Order: sequence, then structure tokens, then C-alpha cells
Amino acid sequence: MTTTTCGPSSTAATGSAPAVTGSAPAVTGSAPVAPPGTRERTQRRVRDGLGTSADRPDGTPKVTGAFAFSSDLHDQRMLWGRTLRSPHAHARIVSIDTSAAAAMPGVVAVLLAEDVPGKATFGLEHTDQPVLARDVVRYEGEAVAIVAAEHPETALRAIRAIEVTYEPLPLLTDPAEAATTDPIHPDGNVFRTLPLRHGDVDATGDVVVEGTYEVGMQDQAFLGPESALALPSDDGGVELFISTQWLHVDRDQVAACLALPADQVHLTLGGVGGAFGAREDVSLQVHVCLLALATGRPVKMLYSRAESFLGHVHRHPARMRYRHHARRDGTLVKVEAEILLDGGAYASSSTAVLANAVCFAAGPYRVEAARIDGQVVRTNNPPCGAMRGFGVVQVCFAHEAQMDRLAAALDMDPVELRLHNALKPGDAIITGQRLTGTAPVREVIEAAMAHPLPPDPREDEPAIALPGGAGLTARREDVRRGTGIAVSIKNLMYSEGFDDYSTARVRLETSPDGEPFATVHSACAEVGQGFVTLAQQITRTALGIERVVLHAADTGVGSAGSTSASRQTWMSGGAVQLACDTVHHGLLERARGVLGVPDEPLVLEPGRVVDPATGAEVAIAQLLRAGPLEATEEHHHAPTSTLDADGQGDAHVSFAFAAHRATVDVDPDLGLVRVLQIATGQDVGRALNPRAVIGQIEGGIAQGVGLAVMEEILVEDGLVRNPSFTDYLIPTALDMPSVAATLIEQPEPGAPFGAKGVGEPPTISSTPAVVAAIRDATGKALTRVPVRAQDIAFGEAGAIPPTAGSTSAG
Amino acid sequence: MAQDHREQRNGAERLPLRVNGDDVEVEAAPMSVLADVLRDELGLTGTKLGCRAGDCGSCTVLVDGVAITSCLMPVAQAAGRDVTTIEGLETDGELHPVQQAFSDHNASQCGYCIPGFIVAAAETVANGEVLDREQVVQSLSGNLCRCTGYESIVDAIVDACGHGTDREVAS
Repeated sequence: MTTTTCGPSSTAATGSAPAVTGSAPAVTGSAPVAPPGTRERTQRRVRDGLGTSADRPDGTPKVTGAFAFSSDLHDQRMLWGRTLRSPHAHARIVSIDTSAAAAMPGVVAVLLAEDVPGKATFGLEHTDQPVLARDVVRYEGEAVAIVAAEHPETALRAIRAIEVTYEPLPLLTDPAEAATTDPIHPDGNVFRTLPLRHGDVDATGDVVVEGTYEVGMQDQAFLGPESALALPSDDGGVELFISTQWLHVDRDQVAACLALPADQVHLTLGGVGGAFGAREDVSLQVHVCLLALATGRPVKMLYSRAESFLGHVHRHPARMRYRHHARRDGTLVKVEAEILLDGGAYASSSTAVLANAVCFAAGPYRVEAARIDGQVVRTNNPPCGAMRGFGVVQVCFAHEAQMDRLAAALDMDPVELRLHNALKPGDAIITGQRLTGTAPVREVIEAAMAHPLPPDPREDEPAIALPGGAGLTARREDVRRGTGIAVSIKNLMYSEGFDDYSTARVRLETSPDGEPFATVHSACAEVGQGFVTLAQQITRTALGIERVVLHAADTGVGSAGSTSASRQTWMSGGAVQLACDTVHHGLLERARGVLGVPDEPLVLEPGRVVDPATGAEVAIAQLLRAGPLEATEEHHHAPTSTLDADGQGDAHVSFAFAAHRATVDVDPDLGLVRVLQIATGQDVGRALNPRAVIGQIEGGIAQGVGLAVMEEILVEDGLVRNPSFTDYLIPTALDMPSVAATLIEQPEPGAPFGAKGVGEPPTISSTPAVVAAIRDATGKALTRVPVRAQDIAFGEAGAIPPTAGSTSAG
Repeated sequence: MAQDHREQRNGAERLPLRVNGDDVEVEAAPMSVLADVLRDELGLTGTKLGCRAGDCGSCTVLVDGVAITSCLMPVAQAAGRDVTTIEGLETDGELHPVQQAFSDHNASQCGYCIPGFIVAAAETVANGEVLDREQVVQSLSGNLCRCTGYESIVDAIVDACGHGTDREVAS
């Protein structure tokens, strides 16, 4: 059961319309979210506009099975592609013999590194990953060869018939050794080193607490494995239907590797079966296009679950050493941290992940000084990159454990300690950047704490409700209950000076039945989050019409950027708004002509344009008789700067905050945990579709709970030991706690409609909240996630004693 | 030169199937799994494959009214039996009550797992079981969802089982 409260918070909702983004053209009469409390205005709102829980446009096809995921695409003439992957984490390729595979009936193509016509490598930020390995493989699962065959089973037999002779090389699997070990790649073993120095770095506190923390490797574990259909096009180029998070960056990488001009590579979004960061990097995109061009036939590729585990990047495992200094009253004086992230074999987005880890290492707290040293390195472990929370998940686990240690050392209530240090508007984070927008840290904490705790256990509760669930091993009398809290700060959009933008095209015309309708064309990847719903809501509200059609997301319009970093509501929502504003402006121009009032300020209402001075009006449909109105607009967010040598700078656009209070039942002897409830307060700016926001919160919490108590890719000597849903466990319905959520609505200045992104925060602080609750129930230190049964049953007890009066800040 | 892919299949046989009320004959190796035959031979792609190991439940279909993971069932085992897929739940263009409830509760995000959940819940509803929330949660433990946290899915099924939902979401 979810209980939700939703509405303006005490300091929000001044009644004025939210600020329109800075780059918006000045347009009068635009009706964004109706100000709360103005009833007349509300009555005039178009149905299913902004602020309502409008239905998804793909809701019905998704329940009938008609919605086509990229894995459902089919062509009569298509071949099936398959990838041969390295069984070694580090080895030299001595020889490859493809003759037996190529000779197999039904095999149409077998391609190796030398068959890549263009750039030999790809990568999001640094192109350091080979399309196909040539001389050396650096992780288990690295692609070595690809085949196309008439039947998927033939393709599978063909890759097994390729004979590769490997010479194993020494493994680099300990990230702590990476910087001092011989390079395993020409670009070296260190992706990025990022120091941060803020305030008086020699300052010390009355109370000092230390801890060492670890985060294991989490998988995004979307349900729809990687898949695509590529078709050779008549101009020598290629058409690719693909599940991805960012069509244009895929296109650019595919074009470069295929040695084609970008305009000969056309991508269309296939239905996406979840993403969570794992579809931001290229996986099979280049391979499937190579096969289509080599064979002259359509080629489909579809990963197995095991291949999916090897074929996409994961969340970076982290090792973190922390030292917090505070005064006796709990005021934070200094945070010190050493953060080491294991980037695995290739760079992916490691450098940006590290920046997030360093910038937010102290959490959502005011702290006078900080000394943070972050490094992300290359190893022979699986490559790591984007996953929901992006570098902040790791440090949040550590800084929240530290806050609890500090509270224990000060004999202070953990909630009180957090409230005492909570950031507020105008404060600076440890990069020196001031919070110029909303920062309801106190509000999210208070909202999370205000929810009632779950009821006490009932005597007649079924045994399956106990920790361990279906195992039925725990006894009610052994079970202990615990509660914990955690709070997070997350940047929205890209950072460090990246000129991020999104493009949208909006066309307003009349259908043959005379009704006006709008078409929105955006390359924004709908991955389940609900941008398609939002795009319709924005357009309905902005143009006063109900019928809004979505053009397929493709590269036929400018880039929308990535569906990541909680950025699409702000960036692509803003782009749709800008395009609607321009169309709206055109409508009013036409209306002034029709009504003969060249200078009157006119008002757009549902279905019509009205002259408020005279009451004269004209229907939108009539205004469109002169032809459609169309606009294409780019939306850029406010510029950010890079971080200087001390990690200082206004590197981020905006910040979102969340607090989570977890309640758990634990069997301390068996190490079993049941997460009963997560109560949360989340800073959302404005909830443009409350039901969709709640969906993001519940889904994000599920992933946070997963990292807390069950999810880890086990890597041993560089080899993944559990690449299946049998052995990599994600929460089931039985593992899911009840969620009590409060949305804190304080419109964010500069954000379209005042809305903040909501996707990532639920995943970030839910994990440390659950672990804090387990510590509360067991008294165990629990410095690593996921918490395993043996950590509870046999783990080190208690908080590490504070070193009061310590003056060594090392 | 490539040959027709049917020639590649060792031991393909013509097998009779009854799918969504229609009698069809498919050419398939008897041990190929039902999910592949439904998707690749019959074009019924509403049945999804998420793991091919019976872990995720995305491929759930009804065989003689019983929910099974079609990624594990050899097609020969389904021959002559009544197979119902997600595409077979609508009647005369009307959504099945479970489909309608999933739609009403906006239970889909990416939607990949949804057909499996709906088919599994349709079995429950067809059996006339009126489950409370805890029982619904237990009945879903064979299906994985990565997007929703299950809450909206559980709401939909509780609703389809004839209970109101006590969830409040402001709009």
C-alpha cells in the first residue's frame, strides 16, 4: 500500500506562475501550470493537461501486448546476429580461425576487428573501447567476433565454431593497484583523479569519526535485454531500430565506426524495456549495423540474459574512507574522504561519475571545509558507467553512515543532527557553489519522519511476512525491528560546463474531421519514465487542445540528449514548451488578424483564442485553415562551469533532495532482513503528473532496497559469477516495502514549469536508510552494501568509537 | 549461398497448436520452447522473453488455463492443448478486466514485464479467487518488474479481483 500526500509545502506556492526558463522567447498569454487556488483558471484548463495524472499514451498497447519493443521487430528477410565474447578477463589474442564457422550452412557473415571500416573504437566520453577486440581482450565478455546467420541457433553454433587462441595475461582486478600497475590499455589505468579542497582544510573538530565503506557492483537489470534491427538503406547507409537512452550519440558513434556520414545513419527508437543507465553506452549498435551492411540484408540482434550482464556497463563498485569533524553541538566542521571507483576495462562515463561522487561526498549538509580525493581507475573487471544515481549512490551510502556514527559519538538524535546541518537556500556545497534555487532539505526530512511507522507485528501474521520470506526460517520471537534515516542531494542534468540541450518540433494542424491536433517530434528516449505522457500534457496546456500525437522518436529531428541524469522533464519538456510557445505566438498573430485587433493582448483558452477586452473569440480550428503552424526549438539550460584544480566551481545546474526513513525486521542470527516500509519526502519542484512521479519514487526505492540487501554482481578474478536472474536477485513483489511518500512542491526557478527531475533521488538515499535500520536492529557496523546474511550474523559489531579530540586530519 | 533457414532445423515437425482459440499448425523442432514458437512463428510478440530460465515470468501464458513460463515449455508439450497469450485476453475488442485495471492504474512504465503479470493475474481472476493485498503480493512472486516497485501492479490486480484499492494519489 502506498499513501501519498502531495501538494504545496509551507514555503512553496506563492501563487505566481512558475518562472519560464531563461532562454524562452517572451510570449504573452501562455498558460503553464495554473497557479494553485485560482479556481476559475483551473476550470478553463484543458483536459489531461499539466498537473493532472494523465494516462500514458502507450498505456493500452502495453497491456494488450501490441506495443512493439525493439526485440519484437521482424523483417521477412532478416538474418540473426550473434557476438562471440572473450571468456578471459585479460588475454592476448594469438589467433582467430573463422573458417569452420564461415563454412557452416546458413552462416552469411563472420566479421572481425579488421572488418570494421571506420573508427576502431567507441565510447561516451573517451573512445577507448574496441568495436571488436583485435590483439587483446580486457574483460570477460569483450566482443571478439560477430556473425550473421539465417537462424538464431545457427548463429549460436557459428560463434561456437570460431576458434580463438588466447594467451592469458596477468590480471589487474584490484582497483587499489591500478595506478601503480603496468598499463593494461594504451590510454593508461587512471581515468580521472579529482581532488577537492574547500575552506580551511586543516580545520579540526571536537569530535571526529572515521569509517571505511564499500559498495558492490550493481546491475541495472532491466527486463528487456539489448536488441535491435538494422536495415541497409538504398543510399548505402543504414536504418537502425534500437532500444537506447540517447539516439544521437549512438548515431554519431555508429557513423564513425562505419565510416559513414551521420546523415546516412538513421536511428529510430524501438520500444525500450527499461534502461536505468545501462543503455547509455553502445552495446550492439555498431555490430548489428556492420552485419547489415556486410550482408546487404536486415539483421536482428537480441542478447540473452547472461549476455546482457556482460554486454552493458554496471554501477561502479566503490571503496571510500571517510573522516567527519564536528563541534560538540553537532555542527559539521570538515569532511574528509578518499573515494576509489573501479571503472572496469573501459572508460564509459567514469569521469563524470567520479565528479558526482566527489562533488556530493559530504551530502546535503552545510560543511565549512572539505578535503576529498577521488580517483576512478581501469581494471580487468566489467566496465562500469551510468546507473540511476550516477556516483552519488556510492558516496551517499558512506556519508549517511558517517552521520549516524557522528550522532552516536555526540549522543545526538540522528535526525536532529541532520536537521542541524541541513543545507538551505543560499548555502554553498563543498564545490563552493551556492544554492540559488530551492533546497527543501529540512522539509524532506520532516516529511519522511512525519509518516506513521508501520504497525507492530501481528501474532497471526503469516510466516511468509517474516524475514527470509518463503524460506520460512525465521521465528517471530527472534525478529528485531529497526529504523533508520538517510538524506541525499543529487545534481540534475549534466555538469562541468557541458552545453546540454534538447530539441523539439511541434506542428499544429487540423485533421480531416476539422479538429485541431498537434504533433510533437522529439528524439527523447521514452524508457518507461513517462516523457510521452508529459509531452502531451505540456502541449495540451500550452496550445489549448486535447489531441496530441507523438511522432516516433528518431534522428530526423535534433538531439534531445540522453534520458539520464533526471534531465528529460527539464530539458525535453522545456524544448516542447518552447516549440509550443512559438506555435502559440503564431496562433495569436493569426487571431489578431481575424479579429481585427492588431494590438490587443489575446488569451488562448481550450479550443479558442479570446479577446478579453471584448469577449470576441475565434476557434483554433478556424485559425488553422490558413495552414499548419510548426516550430522547432532548442532548449539549453543555464551554463555551468568546470571544476578548478581544487574541485571548486559552479559546475551544476540544479539540485534535488530526498529523505528516506526505512523500517526493517531482522533475524540477527540468520542474517535475514525484511524491509517493511520506506517513508520518504522528496523535493520535486512541481509534480507535473503526480501518478507518474509516484511511480518513479516506488520504482527507485525498489532499486535502492535491492542494493541494500540483495543485488551484487559477483566478480572473481575478473569473471562474473552470477549472470542470471537465478543468481543475481532483484526485489520481487514480496521484497518490496510499503511506500509512504510526500512530494515537496517548491517550484524551482529556471526550471520549465518549476519541475525538478524525480527519477534518481528515490534510489540514492533509500539504500543507506535501509542499512541504518538494519544497524539499529542488530548493532552491527555494516559498512558494505549489499548487506549479506553473514555480515549480519557474523559481522563486526557497533559503531567504531569516535576519536574525540583528535587533531590529526591526515 | 544461404539456404532457407527451415532447412537448418534438425528434426522440425509439423505440430498442431490451439492458440487463442484458433487451431494452427507450426513447423518447429519439438523441443523448441513455446515462447519462441509463439513469437517467431506465429508473430505473437506480446509474450516477452526476459531470461529464458523461468526466473522473470515475462513469458507467462496460460496452457489449459494454467499460467506457465513459456520459455521453459517445449512446444511439443503444448501440442493439442489450449494456449492463451496476452493477445487472446481481449474479447470483441474489449480489454480483459485485468488489462483494464492495469490501464486504469497506469501500472506500466517500460511495460516489458506487463503481459506476463496480466496473464498470471488473469489466471487468478478466471479461477474466481478474490485475493486480498497480501495474497496478491504472494501470487506475483514469480514475476519480476524493474520499473514500478510493484505497487501499481498490485493495486491493479487487487482492483481486478473485485477489491477497491486503498491507495490515494492526488491528481
